Amino acid sequence: MSQFEIVLLLGMASITFAIRYTLFAVGDRVRFSPLVQQALGYVPVAVLTAIIVPAMLMPGGEGLELTPSNAYLVGGVVAVLIAAFSRNLLLTIFGSMLVFFLWRWWLFG
Amino acid sequence: MSAKTTALLRGARDTVPMLIGALPFGLIFGTLAVASGLSLPATLLMSALVFAGSAQFIAVSLIASGTGLVVLLLTTLIVNLRHMLYSASLMPHVRHLPQRWKIPLAFWLTDESFAVVHRHYLDPHPPKELKHWYYLGSCLAMYSNWFLCTLLGALLGNALPGLADWGLDFAMVATFTGIVVPLLRTRPMLLAAVVAGLVAVLAYDLPWKLGLMLAALAGVSAGVLAERWLAAQPAKEAINESV
Repeated sequence: MSQFEIVLLLGMASITFAIRYTLFAVGDRVRFSPLVQQALGYVPVAVLTAIIVPAMLMPGGEGLELTPSNAYLVGGVVAVLIAAFSRNLLLTIFGSMLVFFLWRWWLFG
Repeated sequence: MSAKTTALLRGARDTVPMLIGALPFGLIFGTLAVASGLSLPATLLMSALVFAGSAQFIAVSLIASGTGLVVLLLTTLIVNLRHMLYSASLMPHVRHLPQRWKIPLAFWLTDESFAVVHRHYLDPHPPKELKHWYYLGSCLAMYSNWFLCTLLGALLGNALPGLADWGLDFAMVATFTGIVVPLLRTRPMLLAAVVAGLVAVLAYDLPWKLGLMLAALAGVSAGVLAERWLAAQPAKEAINESV
């Protein structure tokens, strides 16, 4: 391993652990206000949506790709529909991945 | 079998759908990491020591484009800041535990285990004193799965150089969609998602993945404001519902 890799690993590991552990560590001395409690309820939905929407709409990372040739968009829409109607995570993952790969295979052979 | 073991195994069992979603994600990480020039030991150690899929993914794509150490670490900080919000949500449930529990449970906190464990903490039926065993079970399942998938991906990446172009990263979209959509039960929650998605696209070109944090902040604010606004107008809400 290079020196760059060692510094990178130690840095990423300590930053990530510090983020995850700080509140647990001081937990018994901190109480949240009702506003913060309310806001926390929206965090997972907001963060995860902010990750997946660009991944679906701009998978190349360079502008919107709102066309049927964008398999990420087609698969993503299918995932939303399956999840909305079934509320079943496993079915959502399998169903949308099947559509995604079939779509790509059909497009690109 | 003791009640603790049962709780541990239930946590692992309820995490199985997440494992299936993380499987291709871990494979592609291993593949991409090797392709981007990270050595095999560094790839495996990153999964073992950092254990944060989206941050690892982004780091590897930055390494491939020759990004320096400082930007790499700043990006890790920004992408992983959401875990602090997860730990804040779980904190009321783990605050009574000793540090020897809190340290590993914090280290293993991921999007997937958070989704499974948070739901379990809200369920009033299982005995409260066993819930951290369930949490541990979910974490151990995710951790071992992630490490093995990284190993397999790195080995496959060496053997099949074209694997990185298969689009396996769609697995992340599928998993996160499956987690988010069932949570959109109220109008403020739906609004939070719409605003977060919109801002994420509009602010995508900001440096250091700042668009992600901005989008999350905008989504949370929209949700809170909408919830407060609806609570302040009970009569109007009832009329809207009946139309």
